[in-house]
Amino acid sequence: MATLLIADVAEGRLGLDATAKAVTAVRPLGDVTVLVLGPEAAGAEAAQIDGVARVLVAEDHALAHRLAEPAAELVRGLAGGFSHLAAPATSDAKNILPRVAALLDVMMISDVTAILDESTFERPIYAGNALQTVRSRDAIKVLTIRTAGFDAAAMGGSAPVERVPGVSDPGLSAWVEDRVAKSGRPELTSAPVVVSGGRGIGSKEGFEIVEKLADKLGAAVGASRAAVDAGYAPNDWQVGQTGKVVAPNLYVAVGISGAIQHLAGMKDSKFIVAINKDPEAPIFQVADFGLAADLFEAVPELTDKL
Amino acid sequence: MKVLVPVKRVIDYNVKVRVRADGSGVDLANVKMSMNPFDEIAVEEAIRLKEAGKAGEVVAVSIGIRQAQETLRTALAMGADRAILVVAAEDVHQDIEPLAVAKILAAVAREEQPGLILCGKQAIDNDMNATAQMTAALLGWAQATFASEIVVDGDQATVTREVDGGLQVVRVGLPAVISVDLRLNEPRYASLPNIMKAKKKPLEEKTPADYGVDVSPRLEVLRTTEPPSRKAGVMAKSVDELVDMLKSAGVV
Ligand SMILES: Cc1cc2nc3c(=O)[nH]c(=O)nc-3n(C[C@H](O)[C@H](O)[C@H](O)COP(=O)(O)OP(=O)(O)OC[C@H]3O[C@@H](n4cnc5c(N)ncnc54)[C@H](O)[C@@H]3O)c2cc1C
Ligand SMILES: Nc1ncnc2c1ncn2[C@@H]1O[C@H](COP(=O)(O)O)[C@@H](O)[C@H]1O
Repeated sequence: MATLLIADVAEGRLGLDATAKAVTAVRPLGDVTVLVLGPEAAGAEAAQIDGVARVLVAEDHALAHRLAEPAAELVRGLAGGFSHLAAPATSDAKNILPRVAALLDVMMISDVTAILDESTFERPIYAGNALQTVRSRDAIKVLTIRTAGFDAAAMGGSAPVERVPGVSDPGLSAWVEDRVAKSGRPELTSAPVVVSGGRGIGSKEGFEIVEKLADKLGAAVGASRAAVDAGYAPNDWQVGQTGKVVAPNLYVAVGISGAIQHLAGMKDSKFIVAINKDPEAPIFQVADFGLAADLFEAVPELTDKL
Repeated sequence: MKVLVPVKRVIDYNVKVRVRADGSGVDLANVKMSMNPFDEIAVEEAIRLKEAGKAGEVVAVSIGIRQAQETLRTALAMGADRAILVVAAEDVHQDIEPLAVAKILAAVAREEQPGLILCGKQAIDNDMNATAQMTAALLGWAQATFASEIVVDGDQATVTREVDGGLQVVRVGLPAVISVDLRLNEPRYASLPNIMKAKKKPLEEKTPADYGVDVSPRLEVLRTTEPPSRKAGVMAKSVDELVDMLKSAGVV
């Protein structure tokens, strides 16, 4: 058995945390070959992850923005000889891997939270309200891994790095632009502390209260869907069933009611704190510590006193 | 241009999901079922394209049990022109996997020759997020997933996608498959007159065999369990008390 693991690459750099966690997840399945659709430097970094046997780097124009059509062609072309194709469950992987699976005539297995054996996998369904264990009958298993529950593999490896040729761009789609917001804060899905705001924040300006607390805690900032829909926060801050899944040591929910779709993205956090003026808010049912108070008074005071 | 919109009948997103104690699955008998929320957004977008003169006909397709008729009637009441129901299961608990759905959709597309297939980003029951990408692969078409804005212009569409780092804009040649995200639009409610009218719109019934597709599952569900539940913790009476609690728990 051998796995081809597609590394997380964002803006030309290796997403080390997600990739190293995925290595831990797939390691029990045998040899791990990491495929980097990106620059050589990202490949060199991936080669240092413990447990990686080999790194393949495919760097070419058609793949630079990881457009699904050429990327899927490339992965399909490399799939021979592997029993498993896997990737951390990023938006890129969710875009590319189901396309690969269909080209190989196998089912996609998304958001795997546990690998029980070579063909048996656990994954959440119904916004995490149920866990399903499935056994695949397909010859090749195609998985995305929900990395939050795995520890990152250590560094210290020195796997050989090989270049593989790119693919000819089928020309079905073209990249136009990326609109990426830069922030000095830690990345949401790997941050040890996350502070999220909801509709209760009331405005874009109000989010500064959340951001100040986050900065005090060295935390990433998240948001509920309602806060993103209302324009208080950018889309890539959304935590939940259809946003990002986080499992930090500490998650602070401010002005968030605790809808199941939001809980789906954060209920595996080690420690949850909720601040909401409604003592009946469902978020308190999952919070370790709660404070029923007006956030506009409580959060600045908390920021001061920490 | 014709637009094909696959719509799935799923448990209503407001219903509290109950996992059966024997691990055999989630209880779907006698619970409220609705159109997958993402698919409502896809139907809305298709109708808007029609209203803007960019689409000619909107065809809704559902694959599942016969009761998915209701979901198709909802799409028709919103403004779709006709519907295709592919009866592929007898039992509400039998889910048709995205690979089989994609094969059926690809076959429908070969017959109907749409310029665009507008899918939801994910079905809120299986949370697989795969059907659009698989359908595009089987047809050899371009794909644009997680759309929050779609601009159709002649034989191409410019799509803004919600991705991990923010937004990505891509241009796809048509025909293409686009999967829609929640912020694309706010779907309309069907008015009573339109619900009445929808009853007379054509709804064609098919089977997977009509398209030569085998829908037997590739994934065998061994068990379905309830996730570990969290317990409610303690309430602090003041910010000071919260700070003390956080410090003594060692989390800050
Ligand atoms: C298909 C689908 C997918 C979805 N995916 C997601 C997802 O990924 N992520 C997500 O978050 N949601 C998602 N949702 C939406 C979800 O159902 C809820 O609507 C959303 O999470 C609500 O956000 P909220 O808690 O911020 O807002 P609300 O539910 O409106 O809660 C606001 C809270 O703020 C409190 N509040 C107000 N003012 C103050 C104040 N001054 N001080 C303190 N507290 C205050 C209120 O008491 C209330 O509890 C999805 C929904 C659907 C249908
Ligand atoms: N049985 C089905 N019938 C019609 N459309 C479906 C079906 N299953 C999935 N789809 C479409 O594919 C999208 C993604 O579903 P999934 O890949 O299952 O998460 C849905 O939002 C629908 O648009």
